[in-house]
Amino acid sequence: MLRLETIRVAMEGGTLDADLALAPGRRVAVLGPSGAGKSTLLDVIAGFRPPLEGHVSWQGRDLTPLGPEARPVSILFQDANLFPHLDLARNLGLALRPDGRRPGPEEIQRIEGALRRVGLDGYARRRPGTLSGGQQSRAALARVLLMARPVLLLDEPFAALGPGLKRDMLGVVREVAAALGALTVLVTHDPEDARAFAQEVVLVADGLVHPPVATEAFFAVPPRAFREYMGL
Amino acid sequence: MARPATLIAGAALTALTLGPVVAVILRAGGLSSLGPSHWAPGDAAALRFTLWQAFLSAGCSVLLAVPVARALVRQRFPGRGALVTVMGAPFILPVIVAVMGLIAVFGRAGLVNDALGGLGLPKVDIYGLHGVVLAHVFFNLPLAVRMFLNALQAVPGERLRLAASLGLTRGAMFRLVDLPALLRVAPGAFVVIFVICLTSFAVALTLGGGPRATTVELAIYQAMRFDFDLGRAASLGLVQLAMGLGAGLVALRVARDDGFGVGRDRAALRRDGAGWVRGPDLGWIAVAALFLLVPLGAVVARGLPGLALLGADTIRAAGHSVAVASVSTALCMAWAMALAHRRGEWLALAAITVSPLVLGTGLFLMLRPFVNPFAMALPVTALVNALMGLPFALRIITPQAEALEKDFGRLRASLGLTHWAWLRLVWVPRLRRPLGFAAGLVAALAMGDLGVIALFADPDRATLPLQVYRLMGAYQMEAAAGAALLLLGLSLGAFVLLDRGGRLAEA
Repeated sequence: MLRLETIRVAMEGGTLDADLALAPGRRVAVLGPSGAGKSTLLDVIAGFRPPLEGHVSWQGRDLTPLGPEARPVSILFQDANLFPHLDLARNLGLALRPDGRRPGPEEIQRIEGALRRVGLDGYARRRPGTLSGGQQSRAALARVLLMARPVLLLDEPFAALGPGLKRDMLGVVREVAAALGALTVLVTHDPEDARAFAQEVVLVADGLVHPPVATEAFFAVPPRAFREYMGL
Repeated sequence: MARPATLIAGAALTALTLGPVVAVILRAGGLSSLGPSHWAPGDAAALRFTLWQAFLSAGCSVLLAVPVARALVRQRFPGRGALVTVMGAPFILPVIVAVMGLIAVFGRAGLVNDALGGLGLPKVDIYGLHGVVLAHVFFNLPLAVRMFLNALQAVPGERLRLAASLGLTRGAMFRLVDLPALLRVAPGAFVVIFVICLTSFAVALTLGGGPRATTVELAIYQAMRFDFDLGRAASLGLVQLAMGLGAGLVALRVARDDGFGVGRDRAALRRDGAGWVRGPDLGWIAVAALFLLVPLGAVVARGLPGLALLGADTIRAAGHSVAVASVSTALCMAWAMALAHRRGEWLALAAITVSPLVLGTGLFLMLRPFVNPFAMALPVTALVNALMGLPFALRIITPQAEALEKDFGRLRASLGLTHWAWLRLVWVPRLRRPLGFAAGLVAALAMGDLGVIALFADPDRATLPLQVYRLMGAYQMEAAAGAALLLLGLSLGAFVLLDRGGRLAEA
């Protein structure tokens, strides 16, 4: 269980409060207006931003004092998920060798296997600049597979992709998450993403992270803050 | 959170700057000795001359830069891009080389006096106040032109289109479009050049001197070398320190635009360059180009025959210069890698307000109880040049290093990359271009420096710029010209080699 206990975190224009629990293996969408604190929430979970108060824990273990590298978390950002001057083998190799040493034959096999699973068979020697946006996202997801951490955070990584490609990518995320059995938290401002992907929705609005609600129930009776955000 | 390397580099920088400063203050008898009652005869004159020549140099550079920059932004002609690039050259030009060139043009037997003599007019003398100002304008006019050019080219295209659609006259265009852009940069340009000229030593050493044209830096040198009066050198050092800190504080408040970077040189849509104004504009550009290029041409023309006269001393001095430049560059780059963030840049800028001669005097005082300071001439020169190059190196590297951290810092953290892996796999490969440019600049500056070495050197330990100066002093002008050409080649060669190296290897 990922627990955020009486969290209060500073953000631009005020604070954000959160108190919630997310179960392993679930797919959760975080919805809310721009600037409400969706990315701040992910930053707290990932360890990029220390909370003013409260604790973050995973399966009972307190993560609050740990840095991002020591947490059971992998994250995909909006952009800059791959180093542009390194080929995919080196980029993915960093998941296995944070000391930056060249991956060995066995590691190369694992890297190629991960690339195969995201539909990039034979791309190990390609640099990110030679790939399309969708292929770059797939490569970053292959690295998530290699890191094999039980919590996957997605900070609008497909915002720049067209609707069709975005749907495909959410499909790949679903497969990767299922393969890892990972709790997946997707930040998005598009309710359609939440509908297509998530089992639960967390609304962030007015300085508060609301408790998760089953996706169908959320859209059946949208909360007031969400209706205002959507202009309904 | 600061890394150990950053802390060590910051502490070393602070110690190496503050240590000599404290040594100077103690030797001078404390800060109370700053009062005029403690001054030796001539000190007040040196202070007055320093301020006056810096004021004139900055004023002339800024005033002359305005028409040249306006002409460059308005006119298009073949070779314009190359001319703007060459405008950056004086910055890496060894002072002694430029002085040789200026003497060849404006000196007693120079081209200008030949022409004046042919017309039956009296000759001009390059030595004294006007020579010092002339040399400072030679070095700083291009800097001011680049700053103004950047400002004029940064005028939004919409404003130029609006001016065109309103049919503004040239006068209105100047008042409404150009003048505000120029005024935004002018105070900063003036102060930056003023500060540079305050600490100018080599120009005063070669073209100044005597009771009426001695700067404080030159007076420090004279107190050390001629009188070996360490107390007086220290109290002059204190005056220079106070002046440098004061001017540095003013510069930080006033200067906003960067003058060191490479200009964007975007083609702006301007329609006010046609008609009668084209003649005067091209005239200004021609005068500026001749002023900058003829002395350089003279160095090459006079130096070529002198190359045959290079003696063993000069070759040995060249070897010393290459060694000093190599060590300075390596040290400076190691420092820059550890301090390439905004706070590091502030630290380095604070260090630059301490002049090289003050640092040299302080280091001399610190070393003297333990070793013969003259034996340390080359290591001290390398160290001081590394310190002096650091603000420039950081200015070049820091913006891109910070952008890299902003783009990939979180990915680095989430992957848990070790510091060494980040440096080797990402930082150095992604920053090769600015690293190469900065290393080239530092190497060229160190190669051409004639500052602290003049304080320390004995006859066995000259660097090439000092050797050129000594040959000039011995009236071996042809040999000096040959050595100056060699120095020019080494400085430019080091710059081009490192800068190109960075570009070619860029990831």
